[in-house]
Amino acid sequence: MVTVTLFGSIRAHADGMARVQVQAETFKQLLDRLVEQYPGMKPQIDRGVSVAIDGLVYKEAWFAPIKPDSEVVLLPYMQGG
Amino acid sequence: MDTGTKRQFKQIGTRPARPDGVDKVKGRALYGADMSAPGQLTARILRSPHAHAEIVSIDISAAEALTGVKAVVTGKDLVAQDNPSLRDVQENILAMSKVLYDGHAVAAVAAVDADTARAALKLIKVTYRQLPHVTDVDAAMAADAPIVQPGRSLETVPPGMSANVTNQCQFGHGNLDAGFARADLIVTRSFTTAATHQGYIEPHACLASMNSDGKADLWCCTQGHYNVRAVCAAVLGMEASQLRVTASEIGGGFGGKTAVFIEPVALALSRKSGRPVKLVMTRDEVFKATGPTVATSIDVKIGMTKDGTITAADATLRYTGGAFPCGTVEMGASAAFAAYDLAAVRTIGWNVLTNRPKEAAFRAPGAPQAIYAVESVLDELCQKLNLDPLDMRLKNAARKGTLSSYGPTFDDIGLVATLEAAKRHPHYHAPLGKNQGRGLSAGFWFNFGGNTSVSMTINTDGTVSLQEGNPDIGGSRASISLMAAEELGIGYDKIRTIVADTASLGYNDITDGSRVTFAVGLATIHAARDAIQKMCKRAARLWGIDADAVDWIDGAAVPAGDNAGKFPPMTLAEIAASSHQTGGPLAGHYEFTADGAGVSFGVHLCDIEVDPETGHTSVLRYTVFQDAGKAIHPDYVEGQMQGGAVQGIGWALNEEYIYGADGRLQNAGFLDYRIPVASDLPNIDTVILEIPNPGHPYGVRGVGETPIVPPLAAVSNAVARAIGVRMTSLPMSPPRILKALTEG
Repeated sequence: MVTVTLFGSIRAHADGMARVQVQAETFKQLLDRLVEQYPGMKPQIDRGVSVAIDGLVYKEAWFAPIKPDSEVVLLPYMQGG
Repeated sequence: MDTGTKRQFKQIGTRPARPDGVDKVKGRALYGADMSAPGQLTARILRSPHAHAEIVSIDISAAEALTGVKAVVTGKDLVAQDNPSLRDVQENILAMSKVLYDGHAVAAVAAVDADTARAALKLIKVTYRQLPHVTDVDAAMAADAPIVQPGRSLETVPPGMSANVTNQCQFGHGNLDAGFARADLIVTRSFTTAATHQGYIEPHACLASMNSDGKADLWCCTQGHYNVRAVCAAVLGMEASQLRVTASEIGGGFGGKTAVFIEPVALALSRKSGRPVKLVMTRDEVFKATGPTVATSIDVKIGMTKDGTITAADATLRYTGGAFPCGTVEMGASAAFAAYDLAAVRTIGWNVLTNRPKEAAFRAPGAPQAIYAVESVLDELCQKLNLDPLDMRLKNAARKGTLSSYGPTFDDIGLVATLEAAKRHPHYHAPLGKNQGRGLSAGFWFNFGGNTSVSMTINTDGTVSLQEGNPDIGGSRASISLMAAEELGIGYDKIRTIVADTASLGYNDITDGSRVTFAVGLATIHAARDAIQKMCKRAARLWGIDADAVDWIDGAAVPAGDNAGKFPPMTLAEIAASSHQTGGPLAGHYEFTADGAGVSFGVHLCDIEVDPETGHTSVLRYTVFQDAGKAIHPDYVEGQMQGGAVQGIGWALNEEYIYGADGRLQNAGFLDYRIPVASDLPNIDTVILEIPNPGHPYGVRGVGETPIVPPLAAVSNAVARAIGVRMTSLPMSPPRILKALTEG
């Protein structure tokens, strides 16, 4: 199980919790498990999210590995200019 | 330059001549408007004269009948999109049922010359039904505000708000109430910032040519020609393989050329007319119908103890990205407090629709506005608590192990080193005169990686042809050549890097997010290592030893040790010369999604003088301190730092989109929209810090966006200290400063 920190506006879909636990070893598994456990997150996840794994931000890399003790933070899809 | 990098480089960090220098100095570089084709037509676009109106009808028959007109198109000539984001792009390119801002494109004409095209535009009869409009972000949030587009609110928006509110986001951690209760002083302020334009000198321009077999070529100035291909293919119903897009040289972009505006129009006209079509925007069109930044309204509340410890920080950001939903407020809300190690912090962001053009990115989109408001309140707290503003920032600075305000914990970062460099610098200790003030601000940007492809050919004469797929907006060809030279162990002048077209190289994300030197550089290093591995195999076969027994040192294959045999080094040129006899052409490739971009911080110091008679602000001295991770080509890094500072100074002092009561833009030209020019500014001094990014073998961090983040507050804080009044609206133009001086 990994602990996922949620950004504020998506917490409403996880009973207001700032952190949730899911069984995931990759970015893609993380997204799938979050949608399974918290269906209200699906619209946001479908629009796009980023995830910070141990401080590194991933935007699309589905196979980015997640260790059980990794710091995992869900973020909106990030964009630059 | 401060250096903390331990690796000794042979070529990285040097300053060779830029590869595009001769072409640009001699006027031979080909920009978007420089491409022409035999038999080409000239296109012009008809634009809305209204801020908000229903399109009742469009009659193009008279225009089509005009001699010399070869094609007329409207929104109905594009393929309607199901994806909401792509549909917004499509409806921004050519309006469908409504025009949503002054300048919104309605129809386009291709004719034998510009005069005929302009005459034809006047023959297009558009019947409008005008609708109420709103251009101010706060007014657009009111319950009775005119609705720009109904039904666009996401599930994040609570019920009961104006339909113009499309998105809400929130970040933070800790107990705000407890934090504010611990404060000795709390300052709360509200700020506004005007929408500004990127101010690139080259207008958008393209040449499109579609044949009757459906195959098409497009030349255009853009920051991302693969994205242009994707958008054009979608809205024209084409397959990507049938459209080849070539990026021209680019006369500035700064984020504004990440968007697509005219290219599908030119292609649609070419398809309809059967002729090549050239389309070049006027300056008026660039201002009215491309993407400026968001306009904002921001509330900030920060608590601090007498010793300068921030106890709690809270901000509410209201951004408008024009008439279409926009996620920029998420970036602003994420970045607002990222420079500080805070026990209690919260940011709430709202995006709001207004009758303004669709926002496009502008260097670190969303961050300069948010950080301007935060750094202004911090400066006011320092003034009221009699604290040194640099010491206060050092006391609260984020560092390795800090839980950032937007969620992740920071790894190695350079903010403390950057602040300390500023504190040591003579600028910080120089005396000031009458009516003068010194301001400082920290700034932050995330930096990104993304999808990237690089290919390099080892030519038989020992030189290298390298293809990247990102338009060079800040010196990437030089930096990529330097990284290839470093890996391969050959001279910089032996390598020529070009920006390949979409049919010649794998996909590349847009040149944005300060990603290119990091991501394309990383791909280049891997592509070089791929080529080196192949060259080592050739040497091994020639020597009759195992490939694993060959190393690559200083541009040559060498036996890995005494047991591998005794052979003289075999250089890249020697291996390349015999490549056709040893297995065929040699090349290196790498395609991947780059991750691991390191965040970067900057600190800006600014001295200004205000003329109390006119309200005019002169910038006297300006120094930029920034962590680059590793500066591959320091000239370009310094150029990015200087350019960001100059654009930020303009944003702080003069630049703004001004709308009249009729909702129309009043200053669509460089005479009335005044950007700083060289005579307005002192030399911008630069100090590069190098705290290596652990996610890159050379330590590279992006540098292109961070330098536009601090100037807004650095200038504003300097003005506040010079005139004794805290101004809370940007720009601080002379009339506004005079008013502040009068009213106090």
